[in-house]
Amino acid sequence: MKRARILVNGELTNVTVNDNLDAVLADGTVIAQADADWQPPCDGKIFVLAINYADHAAELSFKAPDEPLVFLKGPNALLGHNKNTYRPDNVAYMHYECELVAVIGKTAKNVSREDAMSYIGGYTVGNDYAIRDYLENYYRPNLRVKSRDTCTPVGPYIVDAADVADPHNLTLRTWINGELKQEGSTKDLVFNIPYLVEYLSNIMTLEPGDMIFTGTPEGLADVKPGDEIVTEVEGVGRLVNYMISESDYLKSIGHPSAPQEA
Amino acid sequence: MRHGRILKDGVATAVAIDPNSQQDMTSAQWLPATTGTVFGIALNDKTLYAGLEAAFNDKPYVTPPTRPVLHIKTPNTHIGYGAAIPAPADGTTIYAGPSLGIVIGKRATRVSEAEALEFVGGYTVVNEVSLAETSFYRPAVKAKCRDGFCPIGPWMVDAADVANPNALSIVTSVNGEKTHATNTDQLRYGVAELVSYLSSFMTLEAGDLIIAGTPERRPSLALKAGDRVSIDIEAVGVLENPVVNEATLGTNQA
Repeated sequence: MKRARILVNGELTNVTVNDNLDAVLADGTVIAQADADWQPPCDGKIFVLAINYADHAAELSFKAPDEPLVFLKGPNALLGHNKNTYRPDNVAYMHYECELVAVIGKTAKNVSREDAMSYIGGYTVGNDYAIRDYLENYYRPNLRVKSRDTCTPVGPYIVDAADVADPHNLTLRTWINGELKQEGSTKDLVFNIPYLVEYLSNIMTLEPGDMIFTGTPEGLADVKPGDEIVTEVEGVGRLVNYMISESDYLKSIGHPSAPQEA
Repeated sequence: MRHGRILKDGVATAVAIDPNSQQDMTSAQWLPATTGTVFGIALNDKTLYAGLEAAFNDKPYVTPPTRPVLHIKTPNTHIGYGAAIPAPADGTTIYAGPSLGIVIGKRATRVSEAEALEFVGGYTVVNEVSLAETSFYRPAVKAKCRDGFCPIGPWMVDAADVANPNALSIVTSVNGEKTHATNTDQLRYGVAELVSYLSSFMTLEAGDLIIAGTPERRPSLALKAGDRVSIDIEAVGVLENPVVNEATLGTNQA
């Protein structure tokens, strides 16, 4: 089963997703994928793994860490499928990061690695954009790099864990304007999903809807306004979003600081 | 006016409290005074910052921070007045983090410092509990996001009732004995600067909370199971919580 959330007449509505990837309301009404207003598929804590693929660590000139390097995002960062995110004006390098996201299915505290997979409710796709210009060496990666409004598309839907045979053998791919830019496999995770559930649940209580963005493999590239960015995790989903300029973004939210039309 | 949240017949219930009436703190089960996202500001205390300034030019920092240093206190950390702060079963020392809490009153996206205070709904007391802070290089999830590590309350005081949030005394007591005193005038970035900076890239929603800044975790702020810690902020309130060994609380494991 695939589950998502869309806006229907302005209301956040739970839907299932059919084999055509269209949204299906509880009464059976079908809303075509292109017409649905896709929202992030769940609410919860947002954990993200940094340098959790050995090849990506090398790409960033880092040694893979001895323990998971986890950071947090605010809910303001999340964005649904088929939506616009923005590139701040005057930055040199903003890149996507295609990630498998494990979604917690039931309350978890002090869970062992052996039992961990039974606490996963499902999987979705995340795109953990980073603006490298803003990196500082304090709580790195800092929130300005990783928690900006709209900088984390997630979705389109959650696939039930039972429908993903082996989450540690899935291909991840990113395309910019149809050109393949990034390709890797979750088999190369430094810390796999059971390790992460054990690690996090030893620190704190995890709740249904909490998301663990498991990290990205190598293959980063700059993104620019006008780009269509597609991140895909095999057997989980294909998440599309569009890059716009900061001024177009401010106009789209009606912010008074948006440049005025002449 | 003060605005609290209590558990009434199993339901979270908002209560308005007249500051001129005597409040019986023991008759209610207090919930965290706020419900939104909680952002903390590290290295925002002048003395703490000055003590580390030389190190900021060395590895791994290389250069001093150019902006407020932010972290997130996840919802599992939020507890109300009187609720137990779980101390690690292995006896690892934990530290109180006395701070003014800035409560957002209405949605704030890219607000200027000049207009920032219009977006503040009120103030509360926060105890930003932490393990020892040995490094500020990597996100402090392990040190700061343990269950119950962020008492918030007892209530929010309307912003209109706090004349100057940048000059409030903060006194911490452990087991009834005053152990630490500071003042919000010791913050490097004040209330308006923080609201403006966070909103420059993150939309703040009504009910979101900014923990303005905590002092250096000295032994005078160390807590252990069996202690009662209270934080008294002038014109805002007194937040008191017991500390218990987490092993005595059991776990939530299903």
